[in-house]
Amino acid sequence: MLHIYCPYCEEMREEEEFNPAGQAHIERPLQPEELSDEQWARYLFFRKNPRGLHHEMWVHAHGCRKYFNITRNTVTYQIMETYKMGLQPNITASKEG
Amino acid sequence: MSQINRIAASSKRINRTRTLNFTFNGKEYQGFEGDTVASALLANGVDVIGRSFKYSRPRGIITSDSQEPNAIFQIGSSQSSTIPNPRATQTDLYNGLTASSTNGWPNVDFDLMSTVGKLGGSMMPPGFYYKTFMFPQSLWMSYEHLIRKGAGLGASPTLSDPDSYDKMHQHCDVMIVGGGPAGLAAALSAAKTGARVIISDEQNEFGGSLLCSKQEINGDLPSLWVEKVMTQLTKMDNVLLLPRSTVFGYYDHNLLGINERRTDHLGENQQQCSRQRVHKVRAKQVILATGAHERPLVYGNNDVPGCMLATAISTYINRYDVVPGNELVLMTTNDNAYKAAIDWHQAGRKVVTIVDTRSASNGELVKRAKSLGIDIIFGHAVIEVSGKKRVKGVDIAPINAVNHSVIGAVKHLSCDTVASSGGWSPVVHLSSHTGSRPIWKEEVAGFVPGETVQKQHSCGGLEGIYALSKVLSDGFTTGALAAQAAGKGEGVFEGSLPLTNDPQEDESMALFHVPHSKKTSRAPKQFVDYQNDVTAAGIELANREGFESIEHVKRYTALGFGTDQGKLGNINGMAITAKSLGKTIAETGTTIFRPMYTPTTFGALAGADVKQLFDPARFSAMHKWHLENGAEFEDVGQWKRPWYFPRPVETMQESLERECLAVRNDVGILDASTLGKIDIQGKDAREFLNRVYTNPWSKLAVGKCRYGVMCKEDGMVFDDGVTACINDNRFLMTTTTGGAAGVLQWLELWHQTEWPELEVYFSTVTDHWSTMTVTGPKARKVLEKVCDIDVSNDNFKYMDWIEAKVAGVKARIFRISFTGELSFEINVQANYGLHTWKAVMAAGEEFNITPYGTETMHILRAEKGFIIVGQDTDGSVTPQDLDMNWVVGKNKEFSFLGKRSWGRDDNQRDDRKQMVGLKPKDPTFVLPEGAQIVFDKDQPIPMTMVGHVTSSYYSASMGYSFALAVVKGGINRKGQSVFLPLSNGTTVEAEICSPIFYDPKGARQNV
Ligand SMILES: [Zn+2]
Repeated sequence: MLHIYCPYCEEMREEEEFNPAGQAHIERPLQPEELSDEQWARYLFFRKNPRGLHHEMWVHAHGCRKYFNITRNTVTYQIMETYKMGLQPNITASKEG
Repeated sequence: MSQINRIAASSKRINRTRTLNFTFNGKEYQGFEGDTVASALLANGVDVIGRSFKYSRPRGIITSDSQEPNAIFQIGSSQSSTIPNPRATQTDLYNGLTASSTNGWPNVDFDLMSTVGKLGGSMMPPGFYYKTFMFPQSLWMSYEHLIRKGAGLGASPTLSDPDSYDKMHQHCDVMIVGGGPAGLAAALSAAKTGARVIISDEQNEFGGSLLCSKQEINGDLPSLWVEKVMTQLTKMDNVLLLPRSTVFGYYDHNLLGINERRTDHLGENQQQCSRQRVHKVRAKQVILATGAHERPLVYGNNDVPGCMLATAISTYINRYDVVPGNELVLMTTNDNAYKAAIDWHQAGRKVVTIVDTRSASNGELVKRAKSLGIDIIFGHAVIEVSGKKRVKGVDIAPINAVNHSVIGAVKHLSCDTVASSGGWSPVVHLSSHTGSRPIWKEEVAGFVPGETVQKQHSCGGLEGIYALSKVLSDGFTTGALAAQAAGKGEGVFEGSLPLTNDPQEDESMALFHVPHSKKTSRAPKQFVDYQNDVTAAGIELANREGFESIEHVKRYTALGFGTDQGKLGNINGMAITAKSLGKTIAETGTTIFRPMYTPTTFGALAGADVKQLFDPARFSAMHKWHLENGAEFEDVGQWKRPWYFPRPVETMQESLERECLAVRNDVGILDASTLGKIDIQGKDAREFLNRVYTNPWSKLAVGKCRYGVMCKEDGMVFDDGVTACINDNRFLMTTTTGGAAGVLQWLELWHQTEWPELEVYFSTVTDHWSTMTVTGPKARKVLEKVCDIDVSNDNFKYMDWIEAKVAGVKARIFRISFTGELSFEINVQANYGLHTWKAVMAAGEEFNITPYGTETMHILRAEKGFIIVGQDTDGSVTPQDLDMNWVVGKNKEFSFLGKRSWGRDDNQRDDRKQMVGLKPKDPTFVLPEGAQIVFDKDQPIPMTMVGHVTSSYYSASMGYSFALAVVKGGINRKGQSVFLPLSNGTTVEAEICSPIFYDPKGARQNV
């Protein structure tokens, strides 16, 4: 059971208040009609499954209802940081070296 | 019954003034307050307490703690109070306790399975599970039946549990697991910094190994030191003490699950408080002070009752005043175990000999034994035990541990008890729960906690530190450091350490498996894992068969699979594997221990979340009326919705036909309060709707309603409903009953992550409104009687909404229709729901107003070809597949959700499954929902399936049965026949038609 810091509530809360919402930082293409089927399919279906650091979106479903981002280690389940929607992570796999 | 093994009173823990009666396997016995079930049975001289799982061998009590593999009982006097699998060694005795063996059928002394040719054993060679699961499933069924009945894995209670259970969430700076010397020292040290401390221990009192030790602390008995520390801790507000509390699991981010047994020791059905309580602890820092378990040695027939652990002997003598035998042989690899023989001797019973596997030792305990006149034989081992239901004697021989052989003459000695000690195994279970792999520490010949990402410390026996003075100082140091890590104190223990003199000990010998004069496969059985009957020979066989990874050996032999989680046998099993593979134990490694540390009852885990509290039920404001009027209910999500309203002596089908005809001919009323409602406000609300719905919203005027469909980005329909324009900046969206929460989260997702620039806000208002649908040709006549405004077709058009008063209550009325009839959906503030409903019922009486439920609603809408998302669709259906192109905006500026995906090749195929109507050839036959559809009824199996039935009913208003279905390319196949092979072997024919059966032009709703 994870213990998650909601960057909007500014509190550590129990995992059961949150829902995971998939990979973070996937932007919806601004002009979908101009994309080839293959480009559209990449946006629609292809997701990372890293061993190690991963940036995920979560929602504080039973709290403030806000979506935010988590940098999490998929092996140890450590949460390295949480940050608001629209911001970029401070910790990335390349930075971690 | 006399307690033949009870000796003169010396332990303070046994209260001789309170005799407790109990029953074991139907016989009555007596013990004292302070006993465990195990100590009381040993006091009474009960040797055989069960039968082994596979070989059906008689088994006795081996340990005095959570390691116990044999004394696992069914405890409780009734079918509501019985619990399978508590350990007798951990169960406090209470008056009237009823226990029986879970292993052994029909009874432990005469065992059926052992007389029918060791049936279990021959059927279950090593690799039994592995091999069985490679065979057809059907074989397992016959095995399983035999195993369960014969071996006995305990029985579940058949009646409801009358006890209550609860849960508490706890937060602390430092959580300490284990209340032995290390844990108590750590608790005191951490608590002195002001840190919030929780300390738990699985036993009924704190003290751990000190409770049966005689090593003085500060010149007093160690139990006195424990008392003083407990007095100090009890007085501190920042300390929570949890005795009888087992940490059953250590989870990510320092979450610990603790099961506190609050009344189990008092007897059954104690009503004063909850029976067990689960504490969910989030700790800033965790100190594991779980100590070490003594390891038995593996030797021939080491499972005969009377074979025990050395520490267990000391515990029973010192803590319970019980000497479990008369003549003891102790086999040891270390000095420490000499305590057992010394205790035995001082209790006035005979120590036959100490068999020390080492060539010599001059430690203090060895000297003390010698001075007491106890015989010691060095360089020898007990290679085999004789006796069946109790040890009768032992064969001892000189051994060479390096080349694993017996190197001299075998000598027989008479005795009735064999104690063994192969050293200590740190209790690394909890530290493994979070995925950390224990590491082998050669100098202590045991696994200690490995690297972890948890904020975790360990101290004392768990680190392989066994000398009491060092354990105490390690505890004090670790407590201060953990508190500091949690932000309290300076990380240094400021106080004087207790004084204690550790006896000087000579080096131990690393020995696990005792050699026999015969080779292992021919020697008498040498048990490693008693609970699963895994022997040394079995492990060697597994290695010979090619299982070299320790995880594979575990699964192949079932080593460590039991409810004891391999506490007693795992390390010996690893050592035997390593030796047989010619590797070191460090190279072989260990398996990972998982929760639960010891079995935990379902009652504790469920806590108070049972029965009506398990999942909340939701009721509309009119629920009471539905109950009074005989409604049958249907669960829709958490909602209880009226399903239909049967009248006396009506069948369900008759009720449905009556309700349907009332709506089509007169007027019906439906409680629609459960439909999801979302209030959407903000200047960009309209633009937002344009982006999430497939149809356009730019021109929807104030006072108008529109049906909309939402798709996921892959183009598939995921919800639908009617949205009304309240004013230019405000819309009221309705969703399906089950989809309400998901739709709200969906709207938030897109607003927050992609279009935060849109000024729009969402709020769920489902519970704010009571909603009733009045529908049928006479609906207007009813409404006219209770409404304060003109509701004629001229003043109140189809797909309009108005504000008015209904039965004196402010209401919003929507002229939308899900039945195809003239309909008014009346919404009032939720608390006025029942009042308004009753007023409408009274007004409608003269028009035969008929309440109807969800089933009639489904039939009526299906007659009109209106879909139910989730019934007629399944996440793979586009609006085009539903022949609903009319709901797709052709000229919308924004590329709304789902649109781009419709252009993908796969969504353009002609042979996609498309929604159609079906008319069975037999107009009275109702097709089963879910029935598969084929084009060619003569095709041999496997037939090409081209679709399935999604909704199917008999229509009373039309007089024939009908269905909605999805069929490949169905929209262009209208008029063609399809076939439905049914599960009863028959095949029925149906004709593809339009899904709109009733009033295809839609005239009736628009009058
Ligand atoms: Zn929040």
